[in-house]
Amino acid sequence: MKKMNTIKIAVQQKLPAWIFLALLLASWQAIVTWQWVPNYLLPSPRDILIATRDNWSDIFVALQSTALSIGWGLGLSFTIGVALAIIFFAIPLLRKAVLPFCIFFQTVPIIAIAPLLVIWFGFGQPTVKASAFIVSLFPILANTLTGLQQTDPQLKELFQLYRPSPLQMILKLQIPSAIPYILTGLRIAVGLSVIGAIVGEFIAGGGLGSLIDSARTQQRVDLVFSGVLMSSALALAMIIVIDTISAFIARRRPLLRKF
Amino acid sequence: MIDFAIRINHLRKQFAQQRDIIADLSLALPAGTCLSLLGPSGCGKTTLLRLLMGLEQPSAGSIEIDPALRAHMTYVFQEPRLVPWRTALENVLLPLELQRNNDATAQQRAVSLLHRLGLGERLQHFPHELSGGMQMRTALARALVTQPHLLLLDEPFAALDERTRFGLQDLLLELKSDLSLQYVFVTHSIAEAVYLGDQVLLLNKHGRLETLQPVDLGARTQDTKLGIEFNAIAKQFSQRFAAIEQSA
Repeated sequence: MKKMNTIKIAVQQKLPAWIFLALLLASWQAIVTWQWVPNYLLPSPRDILIATRDNWSDIFVALQSTALSIGWGLGLSFTIGVALAIIFFAIPLLRKAVLPFCIFFQTVPIIAIAPLLVIWFGFGQPTVKASAFIVSLFPILANTLTGLQQTDPQLKELFQLYRPSPLQMILKLQIPSAIPYILTGLRIAVGLSVIGAIVGEFIAGGGLGSLIDSARTQQRVDLVFSGVLMSSALALAMIIVIDTISAFIARRRPLLRKF
Repeated sequence: MIDFAIRINHLRKQFAQQRDIIADLSLALPAGTCLSLLGPSGCGKTTLLRLLMGLEQPSAGSIEIDPALRAHMTYVFQEPRLVPWRTALENVLLPLELQRNNDATAQQRAVSLLHRLGLGERLQHFPHELSGGMQMRTALARALVTQPHLLLLDEPFAALDERTRFGLQDLLLELKSDLSLQYVFVTHSIAEAVYLGDQVLLLNKHGRLETLQPVDLGARTQDTKLGIEFNAIAKQFSQRFAAIEQSA
C-alpha cells in the first residue's frame, strides 16, 4: 500500500513534465510536417531519431570517447578540488594568497583557453580531458571549501572538549559536515564538464563535439541535433548517478540534520 | 594537600565592552561536594560553567580546580549536541576515539552505559530516530564514558518532559554515589537545584554571589521533594529568587 502511494506521488509529480514534453514534441513534429519551418533548418523529432539510428555506431564511439574524457576530467577535478579545498582550509594564508587567482582563472572563458590547451597537449583526448577538468574544478573547490567553513560551531565546541588533533577535526567533523556541499559541487561540475569536453572536442577533435562540428559542415542538422541530445543525455545520466550516490549516503548517514 | 575541588577568586567576565556577566565572584567548593547553580535568566550561570570548563577565559580573577579533577572533567551542554551522522553508540564512542582510547574495554563500557541509561535497544539508532529524552541520555552517556571525576552540566534536562527529567535526576544521583562523581549543575528550577545539590549557589542579576547554602537532605528520592524539610529549603530559595527578580 505504501509502495503504491509512493508510485502515485511520483507519477503525480512527474506527469506535468511528461505531458509538456509530449506536447512540445507533437507541436515540433507538426511545425516541420506542415513545413512552417524548412527541415534543413529544423528537422522533425522523427528525422532526428532516424539519423540517430542510422549513425548509431559513429555516435556510440563518439559518446564513449566524450564520456571517457569527462570521467577523467571530473575525476581529476574532484580529487584535486577536494584536496585543494582541504589545503586552503587548513592553511588560511595560502587560501588568501591563491584563491583570488582561482576565482580570476574561473572567469576566463574555456573557449578562449582551448586553443592554448591544443598547443600544450596536442590534438585529441588529452586536451579534451584538460578542458573538462578546468571548467569543473572550481565548483568542487568552492563548494568543498564552503562546506568545510560551514561546520556547525556547536559541534566544533563539542569536539574541542576532547582536545582532538587537527587531522581528527578534519576527518571526523569537517569533511563529513562538508559532504552535502561536495555533492552539490559535483552536481554543478557534471554539467560544466560536459560543456568543457564538447568545447575541447570542437577545437581538439574527437567525441561528440567533433561529430557535431563535422555534421554542421555537412549541413546534417538532424545529426547535429542527435549529437546535442546525446551530450545532454550524458550529463543527465551522470547527474542521476550523483543523485543516487547522494540518496544512498543520506540513507546510511543523515548528514544535514542538527541536534 | 588540596582540600577544595574548585576555588574561584574575584572572578570577573565581560564580553566586548558590555556590562560584567560575572562580577567579583569568589567561592570555594569542598572536595566531594556537588553544586547546584541557580539564578535568573542572564545572571551568568552558563558563563560561569563555561569558564570552569575553559571554554571561556576570565576577564579578571582566577579559577583553581583540583588537578586530579581537572584531568578528568567534562561538560554536558544544554542541548544534546549529538553528531547527526553517528549512531547513538558511535556518539558515545566519540570522546574515546578523539582521545585515542577506543579499545575493547572502553567500547564495552560505552555499551554498558547505554544499557544502564535505557538505550540498549537503540545503540544503532541515529539521533533523529531518538526522542529528546533519549538524545539527552545519549549525551550524558557520552560525557560519562570518559569516566569523569567532575561533570559540568548546563541545564541538561530543561527541555525534557517532567517524567523524563525526574528519571534523569535520579540517575545522576545514582551515578554520583556509584562512580564517586562530583558535579556542578546549572538549572533555573529551584526544586531541581535543591534536589541535586549538596550546596546551592544563587547568583543575582549582576552575576554576583547572592547565597551559597549547604543542603543537608541525606539520601534523596523523588519522595524527598514532598518532605517538609525539602520544601522549607526550596521556599527560602524561592523567596530569595523572587527578591532578586524584583530588584532593579
